[in-house]
Amino acid sequence: MNYLTLIMAIPLIGAALIAALPKSKSLLAKQFALGTTVIAAVATIAMTMKFARGNTSLQFVESYDWITSFGIKYAVGVDGIALVLILMTALLTPIVVLAGWNESEGGRWSTKTFYILILVLQTMSFGVFAATDVFLFYVFFEAMLVPVYFLIGGYGSGERAAAAVKFLLYSLFGGLLMLASIIALYVLSGEQGGHTFSIAALSQLEMSSTTQNLLFLGFFIAFAIKAPLFPFHTWLPDAAKSATPGTSVLLLGVLDKVGTFGMIRYCLALFPDATKTFTPLIITLSVISIVYGAFLAIGARDIKRLIAYTSISHFGFITLGIFAMTTQGHSGATLYMFNHGFSTAALFLVAGWMISRRGSSTIADFGGLQRVTPIMAWSFFIAGMSSLALPGLSSFVSEFLVLVGTFTRYPIAAVIATFGIVLAALYILIPVQRALHGPTTPGNENLSDLNLREKIAIAPVIAVIVVLGFYPAPALNIINPAAAHVVSQMGFTDPAPTHGGK
Amino acid sequence: MSEFISPVLSYSLLSPILVVLAGAIIGVLIEAFASKSIRPIAQVSVSIGTLVLALVQIWLIRNSGSTNAAMKSVIIDGPGVLLQASILIISIIAVFLIADTENFAAAAGAIPGSPEERESIARGQQVTEVFPLTLFAVAGMLLFAVASDLITLFVALEVLSLPLYLMAGLSRRRRLLSQESALKYFLLGAFSSAFFLFGAAYLYGYSGSVTFAGIRTSVVGGSGNDVFLLIGIAFLSIGLLFKVGAVPFHAWSPDVYQGAPTPVTAFMAAATKVAAFGAMLRIYYTSFANAEWSWRPLITGIAIITMVFGSLVAIAQRDVKRMLAYSSIAHAGFLLTGVLALNKAGLDASIFYLFTYGIATVGAFAVVTLVRDSAGEVTDLNRWAGLGKRSPWVATSFAAFLLAFAGIPLTSGFIGKFSIFSAAYESGSKAVVIAGVLSSAIAAFFYIRVIVLMFFTDPLEDATSVVIPSILTRITLLFSVVVTIFLGVFPSPLLDFISNIAIFIR
Repeated sequence: MNYLTLIMAIPLIGAALIAALPKSKSLLAKQFALGTTVIAAVATIAMTMKFARGNTSLQFVESYDWITSFGIKYAVGVDGIALVLILMTALLTPIVVLAGWNESEGGRWSTKTFYILILVLQTMSFGVFAATDVFLFYVFFEAMLVPVYFLIGGYGSGERAAAAVKFLLYSLFGGLLMLASIIALYVLSGEQGGHTFSIAALSQLEMSSTTQNLLFLGFFIAFAIKAPLFPFHTWLPDAAKSATPGTSVLLLGVLDKVGTFGMIRYCLALFPDATKTFTPLIITLSVISIVYGAFLAIGARDIKRLIAYTSISHFGFITLGIFAMTTQGHSGATLYMFNHGFSTAALFLVAGWMISRRGSSTIADFGGLQRVTPIMAWSFFIAGMSSLALPGLSSFVSEFLVLVGTFTRYPIAAVIATFGIVLAALYILIPVQRALHGPTTPGNENLSDLNLREKIAIAPVIAVIVVLGFYPAPALNIINPAAAHVVSQMGFTDPAPTHGGK
Repeated sequence: MSEFISPVLSYSLLSPILVVLAGAIIGVLIEAFASKSIRPIAQVSVSIGTLVLALVQIWLIRNSGSTNAAMKSVIIDGPGVLLQASILIISIIAVFLIADTENFAAAAGAIPGSPEERESIARGQQVTEVFPLTLFAVAGMLLFAVASDLITLFVALEVLSLPLYLMAGLSRRRRLLSQESALKYFLLGAFSSAFFLFGAAYLYGYSGSVTFAGIRTSVVGGSGNDVFLLIGIAFLSIGLLFKVGAVPFHAWSPDVYQGAPTPVTAFMAAATKVAAFGAMLRIYYTSFANAEWSWRPLITGIAIITMVFGSLVAIAQRDVKRMLAYSSIAHAGFLLTGVLALNKAGLDASIFYLFTYGIATVGAFAVVTLVRDSAGEVTDLNRWAGLGKRSPWVATSFAAFLLAFAGIPLTSGFIGKFSIFSAAYESGSKAVVIAGVLSSAIAAFFYIRVIVLMFFTDPLEDATSVVIPSILTRITLLFSVVVTIFLGVFPSPLLDFISNIAIFIR
């Protein structure tokens, strides 16, 4: 069964149905959107069940000719890494729809348009993770900017148009650099046995080291902007602040993962030698991101910007795990991507509810929510704890794996990164203390607690955070073989532990 | 003194050009003899009928290549047929726009602001001369794309240019601006024609022949005086580069784009580019291919300057027509990379690019004709603010064209850009590809700014409105949008078709 095409088609069909609805039926549009995303999630879960865990080759492979004159195929397939990211996308989207039930109402356009954009974005997110043809990947990579751009610019708040443009221009610039690299790969493949865009075939190309380094940079900068890694991160806080909470969840939770996923799937696989050349630089940038993001977060006054800065720090960890080139590092990085999706979703959604109730996104305006709105406060607390990687919550597992994996090869980087954990405690506990604890400050006395819909939306997110914290095996069983495969493909073996074994 | 040889013409191969010329002459006769009331409808039907007939003729001759269509002066081959078909399709949808004579001066001869002019407006006069003029220009373009000697090429150049000079001056509103632009276009055009002729003379001096095949033989043989060849190529190129609007021969284009009536701008911007690049591809790919050393550095430089300059200056524009003019300059730079590629892939890519860019350009100008206030079209970009709110469909289609110009995937512009850049890269012109990618990034900025204006800015409280499009304009818009999106998603049939038949016969 063509699972991948199926899950990509479901949101598109839903979007078409919503487009056919009359404009006045906005409630029906929301229900359709929720229904569609739930069906897509169920289909994705079914696909995950069918996934053969120990198998490191691509599964659910489909391949059809698309543009024959350039050797472009509609080719999809997933390994464990892509699968967990698709699963994350499929699970997060219905939650975003349910949690942001009224988000679309302050927008420039109708509710209908909002959900059409969300569903189209979901299809493209599936596509970008599933593509095994570089051209197809690029098409999804660039085309998905358009719905996000309209979601931020049309339904966000504050300086939404400026934030949307900044986001789009950064991404387009990166994308065009990648396009130049893709063109070069295409031409090289033509010189070495026929034009193709298949990742498997392209990874066999012979290139001089200069070419390889340049092409690597074309891809890497695009992904580093997307991820975002220091110093390409400046668009993220603006975009996250202006977007609706739901859009921010998709932006940071799903879209930004395309950057780190792309590093694994494209940078590492296509340019193994260049990867080795640039690893020290990238490790350095990752460590800077971890620490710098954390400091920015500590200094943030706005709750949405704070979450965006924490993400910069977290993306530093993910990139660190990827480029440490150890099995633990890789498994940790992929699991981190998955977990970060859920803990960021929890933070953004609860923060979004807090902001819409209070009418302000400044942390200082909140205070003592614990007494007034206990459930909302607890949800935020758990999300925050997950973000600072408290043992027992899911992020701890992945952060620990990344640090262990990094330490065996880059001890200094791992040690500095560990300080990121301490800083994380600061940037989470300070707002938690200010907003949730202490006496209830004026303006917060009459806030209402979460309603049933919001509870239903946040419950699965917190459930995932807690369950995977205690028992990460289901996710790791999918990820580990793929991660080990990537590392061995790169020609690395895990260094033996240096202590105790002698 | 050689004996006079009576020419042998292959009428069936020349039929598309002949049909259009006949249509133009019928148009002139209608102007002379038909009563005023039936002229507009008669002219529109004759023009469209003629163009469609010519398109059918092209379809019939698509596989019958010949170097001998008109005594070695015209070559009908795959690329020629494709270019002619593109020109005709673009002209048909552009004529749909021209049919809205509201845009044209009531009496072209009247002095702006004179009582005579007021009178003609009061009488509801319409300029229907524009239709035969358009057909003459189309005939010139059709010939320009298939001409295979320098004399025919020059005649075609003049046949296509002279009507355009006139048409640029026909605007109903802001007539002084329009007439100024027409004069500017004429003077600079005449100047560049002189350069062209000068170059042709040197090439004759170099090779002793005016046919492309003869020049090619001399270039391959390498027996002639290279200085003559260099001067010839340089001056001929100036003439051609002027027509495509490449820097530094672009100065006319923003003024003419702005001053000309918008439907004429649409026609000129799209169809002229196809014809001029068609001729350029033919002459560079056939005659000058073996003298690559002599022109490649120069054209590389011009391509880079053109795309970077066009993209950068477009950012500063506040007028939508001027912005589109600079954008078309940037696109001329991208298209020059196709000339530089000098391989089969480059030829295919250029033809695909020309066709899709032409369609999107006509579509974009069709939108410009719709945004008006009581004094006519509103081209000040600031007043386009909030267009998305007032008329979402018109704004959405304009956004689609802009995204295609910017080369966003799933639009035809992306496929065009990808194919032309990859062809250039394949031929080793890496610097051009990198410059192209970077200027695409710059260009994205101003396309997106317009989208922001239309969708994310609140409308100004003024009388700007979108008029209800006429049926013909609607067809143009719909056709352009559908082609732009469809060829972005399923370009394969057209790409395969092009690649199967686009082979120059030398």
